[in-house]
This record gives sequence, C-alpha cells and structure tokens, in this order.
Amino acid sequence: MTVPVQTESLVVPARAPTRRRSPEWVVGYLFILPAIIGFLVFYLYPALRGIQISFTNWNLLSAPEAVGLANYNEAIRDPKFWSALGITLKYVVWNIPIQTLLSLVLAVAMDRLVRSMFVKGLLIVPYLLSNVLVAMIFLWMLDPLLGIVNQWLDATPLGKQPFFNSAEQAIPTIALVNVWKHMGFNALLFYAGLQAIPRTVYEAAAIDGSSEANTFWKITLPLLRPVTVFVLVTSVIGSFQIFDTVAVTTQGGPADATKVLVYYIYQNAFGFFRMGYATAMSMILFALLILFTLVQMRLLRANESDLD
Amino acid sequence: MTTVPTTQTAPHRPRRPFPFGRLLAYLALALVILISIFPIWIVFKTALTGSRNIFTEATSLWPSEPTLINFQRVLGLVSLEEAQAAGGSGSAVNFLNAMKNSVIFTGLIVVGQTFFSAMAAYAFARLRFPGRDAIFTLFLIAMMIPGIVLFIPNFITIKNLGLLNTLPGMIAPFILMTPFAVFFLRQFFLSLPRETEEAAFLDGAGPFTIFWRITLPMSQGPIATLAILTTIGMWNEFFWPFLIAKDEASFTLPVALQVFKSQTPQGVPDWTGLMAGTFIAAVPVFLLLIVLGRRVVESLAFSGTK
Repeated sequence: MTVPVQTESLVVPARAPTRRRSPEWVVGYLFILPAIIGFLVFYLYPALRGIQISFTNWNLLSAPEAVGLANYNEAIRDPKFWSALGITLKYVVWNIPIQTLLSLVLAVAMDRLVRSMFVKGLLIVPYLLSNVLVAMIFLWMLDPLLGIVNQWLDATPLGKQPFFNSAEQAIPTIALVNVWKHMGFNALLFYAGLQAIPRTVYEAAAIDGSSEANTFWKITLPLLRPVTVFVLVTSVIGSFQIFDTVAVTTQGGPADATKVLVYYIYQNAFGFFRMGYATAMSMILFALLILFTLVQMRLLRANESDLD
Repeated sequence: MTTVPTTQTAPHRPRRPFPFGRLLAYLALALVILISIFPIWIVFKTALTGSRNIFTEATSLWPSEPTLINFQRVLGLVSLEEAQAAGGSGSAVNFLNAMKNSVIFTGLIVVGQTFFSAMAAYAFARLRFPGRDAIFTLFLIAMMIPGIVLFIPNFITIKNLGLLNTLPGMIAPFILMTPFAVFFLRQFFLSLPRETEEAAFLDGAGPFTIFWRITLPMSQGPIATLAILTTIGMWNEFFWPFLIAKDEASFTLPVALQVFKSQTPQGVPDWTGLMAGTFIAAVPVFLLLIVLGRRVVESLAFSGTK
C-alpha cells in the first residue's frame, strides 16, 4: 500500500522545533511497543509454547518430558476424546441451525414491522448477560423441583422434564439456552445486513410482480450472504468452544453426557494436570476450527458478493 | 402516499399488503420479546422472594411478601446468623468485593486495551517502519486462535510470574492489546482525512501530539464502540478469571456466582440468594444499556459488519 508521506526534507517548519524529531521508524516502534509486548507475551509465545508443550508429558511440577507425537496418538485412540468431539458436534448441530434460522426470521420481522431502538434493546438483553448468569437463570427456571418451567409443564400432558439432569436432554437444553442468549444479537447482525440492501432492488422486484416469498429467496437471502457467512463462521467457532454453560450447569454430567471437548481439555489440564495431553487436544481443536472455517467459507462462497 | 396525521412510523417499502402474515409476524415478534425478557423478571422476582415462600410461590409472577433480605445477605450486609435464618447456606461469598474486583478488572482492561490498541492502530495506519505490514498480518492471524489454545500456556506464564490469584495476573493478558481492537481502529484511522494531521505537522506537532490531539478526538465514535464491546466482553469473561482466581479475595462476579452456587449443599440450592447475586451481577450491564441504549445497540450491530 503506497501512501503519500510527508518527509522532513519537504517540509519547512513554521517555527523551528525545539528539539530534533526522532526518525519515523523509531516513533512507529514506540507506538506499537505496548501492543507488541502484549502480542509477543500473550499470543505469539503461548501459541508456540502450546505447540511445544503438546509434544511433552508435563504435570507442572516435574520437568516436562519430551514424548514426540505420543499425545496426539493418545488422543486418536482415546474414546473419551472422540466422545467429547461427538458431544461437541451434537451441541453445534442443536445450536447453530435453530439459532441462525430464528435470528434470520426475527431480523426480517424487525425490518418489516418495527425499527424501534427500544425493541432492539430488549432483544439484546440476553446477549449482554454473561454465560454464567444465563446458566444460573436457566438452572433455576428448569429446576426439576421448583423451576417455573417444570411447574408449568406439570400442568400439561408432557409432565415435568429433567432437562440438565438427563443424559438425552442435557445437550439440547444447553444448546437452546445459548440460542436464547444469542438469538437477539444475531438478529441484530442480520438486521444490519438487511438495512444495507438497496431499496431500489426491492422496488424493481415489486414492479416486476415478484411475490413476497420469491423476493425473499431470490433477492434478500443471496444479498445477505456476506452477513450470513460472518454470523455462521463466528457462531460455529464460538459453538465449538462451548465451556462456561457446561461448567456451571452440568460439569460434564450426567454420566459424561455433556463432556464437550473444551471441558475435557480443561479437566485434563487443571484437573489431572496433564498439560501436554490437554494442549495437544487444544491444537487438534484449533486445526478443526480452521478446517471448518475454510469449508464454510467455500460452501458459502464468502468472497463473492451479488451486489458488485 | 396517504397522509398520516401524526407520528409517522418507520418507512415501509412499497409492497402489497399481507394482513394475515403481518399479524402473525407481530405476534411472533411479541412472543420472542417476551421470551427474551421473561427469565430476567423471574430472576428479579425470585431475588425478592423470602426463602420460606419459595416452595409455595414457584409459579407466581410476583412475590407475595417482597423482601430485600436476599440482596442484603449476598452483599454481606447482615450477620451470618441472620443470613442463615433467611435461608442462607452459610456460604458467604462476598459479592461486594467481587463487584469491586469486576469493576477494577473491566475498567483497567477497557482503558488500557483501548488506548494501547489505538496507539498501535495509529502506527499501523499512519507511520512507516520496517516490518509494519508483516507484523500487522501476524496480528490478523492471531485473531483466529481459540481461547483454550492460549489459556493453558498463559496460565503457566502467569504462574511462573507468581501472579496466580492476583488481579494483575487476571488483567495482564488483556490490558495491552487484542488483535481485534488494533484491526478495528486501524481500519477507521485509514479512513480519516489526512489534511488536519498534515496541517498540525506543519505547525510543528509531533506524532504523539497529532495522535492525542487530532486522531483520538476525531475517533470518539469508534473508540466508544470498542470500549463498549470490551466492557461487555470483559465484564462477562469467566474462563480466565476462573483459572487465575483461587481465593475469594480475587473473585470477579461470574466466578463468585459459580463458587456461591457450588457451595450450596446438595438438596435444594439457595435459589433466592443465587438469584439475588445473579441480579446484582447483571445490574451494571442493564445500566449500560439504559444509559447508552442506542450506542450499545449500534456497537453490537457494528461488531458484525467488520
């Protein structure tokens, strides 16, 4: 990127500077110094260190012992690793389609019916709460004994449901709790995307006699693709890293039914002090995330825009 | 267009009316809003319910005898005996102290991260130095690393620095930068007109003066956006403070809540106390939304349009 830059020689200062200016590269480095320290110490170093630790056995107390690829081998043979990966996938499959579909519908409803800031404010309240708070709220609402949802269900033919306490229901419950949290926020993103679609396109479609449904499928959805890609990629990445809700509600139970990958990694690192094995699994997760992102971008043709 | 007498609502696109679908859509929207807000009401209602009434009032939407005792006991304003008499489990996590830690944790990070990221973003946008674009590319790549990959080695670093269980240990990884903040502000700085900066330069202003006196004041909107996003993210951060804080003295609110919950004995948890704590932890976020409503909504919407 070439930008015109003032150089000292071209400039006649209006008044003589009191002291000599440092050269621009020195100033540049001074400006990025704090950020660079943060980057080197807490991003670059840990990323490289993580790779290194993943090739060792290390319990934090004795010296790390190099074991080559043993941790990666172990992960591939570890049924609990595969089960954790499977549970994570199950969570993603429950979470993402419902969340994305609902927020898209909600965004269209907002776009057509209300533009009030107040409504948008109400809809993003759940997103502003921490995962821990959200988990607490639903633990209480879904409590088998006193939770209001179960009290209501008791009056219906469905009867009380175990929710977090059942191996079958726990993952769908956690997924739906997070749908509740993210729905309004994702709708807001879709809504912003809808606002960016030129109104003239719709007017032309209306003149051509396009039906509501046809306009939605043929115009709105394709033109919304950049936002859809963003929402999907970020929510899938976030979804694969589900931890907080599990840590607060089920701690992996009942009977390991909610032991998602990050929770299993956390247990290995900070429960069993198997730092090498835990980092190896976190590296596998990283690789999977990159793969998923690339596939998603490819499938959704992220780089093309129909507006160009 | 027909003449609308008073307040005109949002502009509508010219479309054929679809009254049935419209009614359905309104109902659905109202339902979603209700679903979004209702749980928060239940938290508030439970927090106001005396623990004796919790069994009888499980389905009521308003406490028959509203009481502040739950708030008082989680804030440590009543003695342990009084708290236990009011249904406390004897677990005494100090939420007032956790609130203080959360404010320090969030406040220092928001100020530090925004300022240092702005400085770096300014350099990446306006100053020339060797390796600039390569370093910036590294920052962009770092945005994609998932938290868990960094948290384990960072935990070891903080442990080796002897900062476990301290606020500095909790703050350190976030206070100097995030790749996103640098990227976000750089994009904005690139779009600023250069003329003002050049005029200041001709008047003898140095880069820091230009940054402090011209670029930052011209960037109040994006900086506020970034500060709001960081505030929300850090106020709610759980994993990292949970790893670092082991004593109550260093708990932040999300950690305090989780510990408070796990301290309640098996059987019936201390729901009224827990909901009072939950509500207290959410109050600052509600305040942020009430005071800065439009700004918060716009910031969040913006976070999706990078």
